[in-house]
Amino acid sequence: MIQLPGGGEGFPLGANPSFSDVLRRAGQVPALPTGPAGGDGLPLTAHATTILALRFGEGIVMAGDRRATEGYAIADERIEKVFPADEHSAIAIAGVAGQAVEIVRLFQVELEHYEKVEGDRLSLEGKANRLAMMIRQNFGYAVQGLVVVPLFGGYDLRRGNGRLFRYDVTGGRWEEFDYHATGSGGQHAKATLKKRWRPSLDRSEAVRAAVEALYDASQEDVATGGIDPIRGIYPKVVTVTDGGFAEVAVEEIRAAFDAIVAERADQGARD
Amino acid sequence: MSYQPYVPPEQLMKDRSEYARKGISRGKSVLALEYADGILFIAENPSATLHKISEIYDHLAFAGVGKYSEFDSLRIAGIQLADVRGYSYGREDVTAKTLANAYSQALSAIFTQQMKPYEVEILVAEVGETSATNELFHILFDGSVGDETGFVAMGGRTEELSGFLTDRYTPDLSLAEALRLGVEAVSTIEERPVEAEHLEAAVLDRNRGRRKFRRLPDEEIPETTPAPA
Repeated sequence: MIQLPGGGEGFPLGANPSFSDVLRRAGQVPALPTGPAGGDGLPLTAHATTILALRFGEGIVMAGDRRATEGYAIADERIEKVFPADEHSAIAIAGVAGQAVEIVRLFQVELEHYEKVEGDRLSLEGKANRLAMMIRQNFGYAVQGLVVVPLFGGYDLRRGNGRLFRYDVTGGRWEEFDYHATGSGGQHAKATLKKRWRPSLDRSEAVRAAVEALYDASQEDVATGGIDPIRGIYPKVVTVTDGGFAEVAVEEIRAAFDAIVAERADQGARD
Repeated sequence: MSYQPYVPPEQLMKDRSEYARKGISRGKSVLALEYADGILFIAENPSATLHKISEIYDHLAFAGVGKYSEFDSLRIAGIQLADVRGYSYGREDVTAKTLANAYSQALSAIFTQQMKPYEVEILVAEVGETSATNELFHILFDGSVGDETGFVAMGGRTEELSGFLTDRYTPDLSLAEALRLGVEAVSTIEERPVEAEHLEAAVLDRNRGRRKFRRLPDEEIPETTPAPA
């Protein structure tokens, strides 16, 4: 049945352009699970691990490895952690995979819903704030052990540059101006990005830095998936520029990986 | 208790219909035409931001004529219905039929139960994989639904527009041909050339990605003068 908008709670004038509020009104949001705080006794759940993002001249690069773990077992070797949020922004997720994928799905509909209702897109700032609110709403789950930490970035059409935002479980939102990495291998990936990042990076250098950071993280962290040319497992790397969201082709990622391996071999492989 | 004089239901419905029709006939018209790659919508609309034609979902579009506030609230309600459906089931489970039924129920309830009927006519369109699976549902202020093929005209000058198009419309037009025909129809009925800035046009193009809806910028809209009688 069609429900006419307007006059809803907190919206005495006009329609509420938020999809999550519509969903809540439709009774489609599950109740918070009850249980001890801290996630004691939480059954094993799949965890998505390392994600990173960095800025370059024309926009941003965002990347994630492809592994999900369940305790000490590998749950999935081809999971995706980087998604388009809309035409000019991308979101990557680390944490409890089920919860995280749901947040991404809701966020994607949230942005599209706003665009359709208002006939105009949200500003990048507005999208980043909306995501902060969604992560804050997940805080009850986070206390139960269902932690989700995203990275968000995009091309700000009004300012004409790429921008990055990182979050914590409370919905805290901070803008990053160079690069950031999070998830189980985040620290290691960040160390590599710190060495490789320069303000003057071009697109292919930025893609290579992302691949190298994930490769390094996979060698230090068991939960971060490596690159496996035999099984065709490569990290997912995307770019967002003036022209919008685009996935980096596997061939290009493979070439970047080959170049990194060749360079290291040149520096002297062990016999 | 206040005293209410007896009014026969026939009279009541007739009065309400007349009221709604009068309101609708004051407004400008909207046209929808099926063409080779999808569905084209054209409306005369002096405003560039208060739209009569809008995107509802991936392959669904909405057009409304009559009172702006009323069809716009129907448009938003439709987007909410479609997005909730698509989110809780799957994207392909959102169909024009579901939406048309919901609109029909809502308009029929408003027509019979409220003081004043909505002064609107709306169109729900779905672009299919082929022209044969396109859907065009024309819904009136009282909730009655018509399932149309080829073209639909609604609003103030419906009859003249339909008459003009019946003689000239053929299936499988190209977009440019359909646009020319549509603009010609509008300017002929208005008996004056209509400038591109005063026309709103959009398509549901089946060759696009997930979201099939696209607004046509003014540059793509041809200048056309009324057809010779």
